[in-house]
Amino acid sequence: MVAIVRPERANDVLEALYRADVRGLSMSRVQGHGGETDRVETYRGTTVKMELAEKVRFEVAVSDHFVEPTIKAIQDGARTGEVGDGKIFVLDIDKVVRIRTGEEDTEAVTPVV
Amino acid sequence: MADLLATTAAAAGGIDTGDTAWMLVSTALVLMMTPALGLFYAGLVRSKNTLNTFMMSVGALGVVTVAWVVVGYSIAFDGGGSLVGGLHHAFLRGVGPGVQPGLTIPALLFVVFEASFCIITAALISGAVVERMRFGPFLVFMTVWSLVVYAPLAHQVWGGGWLAQHGVLDWAGGVPVEMASGFSAFAAAIVVGARKDYGRQALLPHNGVYALLGAGLLWFGWFGFNGGSALTSGRGAALSFANTLFAPAATLVAWIVLDLVRARKATAIGAATAIIVGAVAITPAAGYVSPLGALGLGLLAAIPSYAFIVWRPRTRLDESLDVLAAHGLGGVTGILFVGFFAAKSWSGIGDGLIYGDAGRLGWQAIAVVVTCAYAFGATFVILRVLALFTRLRVSSRDEGLGLDVSQHGEEAYTTGEGAILVRLTES
Repeated sequence: MVAIVRPERANDVLEALYRADVRGLSMSRVQGHGGETDRVETYRGTTVKMELAEKVRFEVAVSDHFVEPTIKAIQDGARTGEVGDGKIFVLDIDKVVRIRTGEEDTEAVTPVV
Repeated sequence: MADLLATTAAAAGGIDTGDTAWMLVSTALVLMMTPALGLFYAGLVRSKNTLNTFMMSVGALGVVTVAWVVVGYSIAFDGGGSLVGGLHHAFLRGVGPGVQPGLTIPALLFVVFEASFCIITAALISGAVVERMRFGPFLVFMTVWSLVVYAPLAHQVWGGGWLAQHGVLDWAGGVPVEMASGFSAFAAAIVVGARKDYGRQALLPHNGVYALLGAGLLWFGWFGFNGGSALTSGRGAALSFANTLFAPAATLVAWIVLDLVRARKATAIGAATAIIVGAVAITPAAGYVSPLGALGLGLLAAIPSYAFIVWRPRTRLDESLDVLAAHGLGGVTGILFVGFFAAKSWSGIGDGLIYGDAGRLGWQAIAVVVTCAYAFGATFVILRVLALFTRLRVSSRDEGLGLDVSQHGEEAYTTGEGAILVRLTES
């Protein structure tokens, strides 16, 4: 699944995912716009509306029974209640391969003990 | 030509051009320390608070200077009252380009030199409240603080007040600058409270290069701070200038050794901190101790500050940039060191305990206790009263967003991507 969240909540999301035992994830900084009010900034005589806001994008691959706990963890970590909290997109994955061992699908996203 | 210059100096009434030249340079050096401090602090906070942190120091250049001209200078340096000066020099009345009584430089230059100390001292306290205090209330706080805490303490130790009358030796500001800012920072951190993420998340310095360059520029400016505190360009200036190199160098060495012993790595942020701690410790002692004494003081000063900086983050006290450890404890170490190791053979001024003057140490210790208690108490009250009129902190949401955007409507590292020009309606 893919989640777009506020950068200032990224650490809370990481913490919540850790508590939910979700281990495999990637995160990246992105810029985007999801309907929140524009921020106005002024530099000398130049006034600008910041259309794009800094966001953090999480990519998490989990097996089916982990989907709901993961959604809940991200929502708990990312929610402030104001416009701009972000989105969670749940997508089907066709195939997963663990590069090191060649394991596929569910085995590939199960953490090694 | 030489005759002409001599005649000009005589006509100006006791003004020495050599002394004046050095004091002009020193004043400019000290003024540079405030933006240097802003850079140092900005490197130590998260990137979303860079500009706000820097602006807290820049703000001091504005509000504290104005307060100093209006009445601060008068409180500090008018007359010989034991606690505060008078109001005769308010709005710089009676202060002109003529000679400052007792000195060989113009009175106006003395005002500006002393102003530069008050400015950086107020800015120092920002280290305790960065990343959560609102900008407006902080400006108000600095203005009031410079008049209620800095100016009276400067008067007591330099302006003929009771500490001066009892022979307390404070070369360049152990009392009004270092201990006052350190213990005020302690109180400010308590009143304003910890950052919302403190103790939960790692709040890391975002740019160690800023911290190192800021510390380096502070050290550079400190040659004017200590060297200029001789108020002449003679031997006192040379001794304090030399000691301003030796003490921070020794602290730097000690800090690197402590870092290596503790974690097997010499850290850059640690080195930046060490420079500040060493310069702070030598501040009250610069013109009173021998060069070897300065080396010893530098080594010694590393220990309490280092220990406190390691211990403090494990507590609930979010004194974010460790003003108390660096300036408070460094100042205490320096002032007490003068009580032991002041050397009349070097300074021509006074001896400490080991050179035979046992009485000095007691008064140095009294200066420590009174200054720390007053700075802490007064700052606590100022901020509590200010909190009755306005919120001291930004909202939790703004704290998350960062104070650059919420307080100033700017970002330190803007890319311009997604920025849409707002066209002003043409009239």
